Amino acid sequence: MISTSGLSKTFGGGVEAVKGVDISVGPGEIAGFLGPNGAGKTTTMRMLTTLLRPTAGSATVAGRDLLGDAREVRRRIGYVSQSSGTSPGVPLKGELELQGMLYGLSRRESAARTREAVERLGLSGLEGKPAAALSGGQRRRFDIAFALLHDPVLLFLDEPTTGLDPQSRANLWGHIRSLRDEQGMTVFLTTHYLDEADALCDRILIIDHGRIVAEGAPAELKTGGRTLDDVFLDITGRSLREEAGV
Amino acid sequence: MVRDTWVLFRHGVGVTLRQKAGIVFGAVQPLLFLVLFGPIFATFGTWETLVPGLIIQLGLMSTGMAGFGVVFEKRFGVLERMRVTPASRLALLLGRVLNNTLTLVLQLALLLAVAFALGLRAPVAGLAAGVALVLVLGASLAALSYAIALTIDEHLFAPVMSTAVVPLVLLSGSFLPMSMAPGWLDAISHVSPFRYVLEALRDLFGGHYLTGTVGLGVAVTAALAVVGLAVGTRVFNRENA
Repeated sequence: MISTSGLSKTFGGGVEAVKGVDISVGPGEIAGFLGPNGAGKTTTMRMLTTLLRPTAGSATVAGRDLLGDAREVRRRIGYVSQSSGTSPGVPLKGELELQGMLYGLSRRESAARTREAVERLGLSGLEGKPAAALSGGQRRRFDIAFALLHDPVLLFLDEPTTGLDPQSRANLWGHIRSLRDEQGMTVFLTTHYLDEADALCDRILIIDHGRIVAEGAPAELKTGGRTLDDVFLDITGRSLREEAGV
Repeated sequence: MVRDTWVLFRHGVGVTLRQKAGIVFGAVQPLLFLVLFGPIFATFGTWETLVPGLIIQLGLMSTGMAGFGVVFEKRFGVLERMRVTPASRLALLLGRVLNNTLTLVLQLALLLAVAFALGLRAPVAGLAAGVALVLVLGASLAALSYAIALTIDEHLFAPVMSTAVVPLVLLSGSFLPMSMAPGWLDAISHVSPFRYVLEALRDLFGGHYLTGTVGLGVAVTAALAVVGLAVGTRVFNRENA
């Protein structure tokens, strides 16, 4: 579903954010992409979702060439960014229907798909409200609804549960699992919560300083009775990363 | 691309029409000049001279500030959410630009209606040609405004643009024709492209269609349209916009 080879991004100032990443994610997997702040998580995700152009390497995403066929990649993937994607004061229903139409759906199809997505995420009755009137968990589920309108085969979630209370996190995990179990969707998510990665992901990839430094099922990584937190800190070190997330 | 532009335009129009006060508010400054300054101007000049100036003022203020909306769309991630859809990036720009142009149409209608009530008497053909010219100008300015909004620091956009509009309006000779200005000011004002469009509008409103002034105004507007759309497209296609 995702296959990259030497994927790299060097920014204008010479900052090498991602240095030759090889990733392989199979269909129906929930893959967790972990790493300290500034390790290259979001940059990699933005490359895989066509928002940033890689400076080197190649990738196939959802069966299409990332560089040569970005538009077809966009048709097949859903992307939920770290920072949400709604103006606080605008009622969500109209925005959802617009989003569906930008994916090529007719107005009627988009309205139907909006209803379905809202219902499946347990948000029925809230779609007439603006984001500002909703709780953090509801807002996050709406963000996911935006990414589901066109039935993507692959869903990218950038820190989907950051800032949510334990109930909302557990609820969101359930929704993510059911997308995979019921629709066979592949999910590629980043998180800082290692218990979340442990509970939710089939496989974990750890990136640091722009390179993949570890990869495997949670159980494979937790050798010697360590928790995933211990493993993470052993691999990426304990020094504080003061730079902002790139 | 045409379909995506249309979808975004229709959505934008719905949003704009829900904020009717915003449409009126955008036209309020030229309206104030029309009502509170126009009658003084009319004691020595004609409405056909003043109103084109206020139309240029309206065009600059209304479409020049168009980018302000996209500042928030960028901050809240709305733009990025649309950029991961297969919709063409040019459509993301054009849908918005067309919506700003429609807003300008409504504002122009309001301004011209009040102007007529006060005494403007311009031939229909001249009015139509003038409005067409201003709409092309407005669309180009809106595209440029989006490009600027996505390029400069988001906190600077409103102060920079609202300040820049003032000298541009004054130098185009909006309130008093540049023919009344001292030589040095008249010379500087030739730098403002809007001067040429404004003088073309005055000719059109006066019923003089095939003049060199009109030709120059049309040429300058066409050049601005090319520049505005080229720059706007470039910025919207840029990866970090």
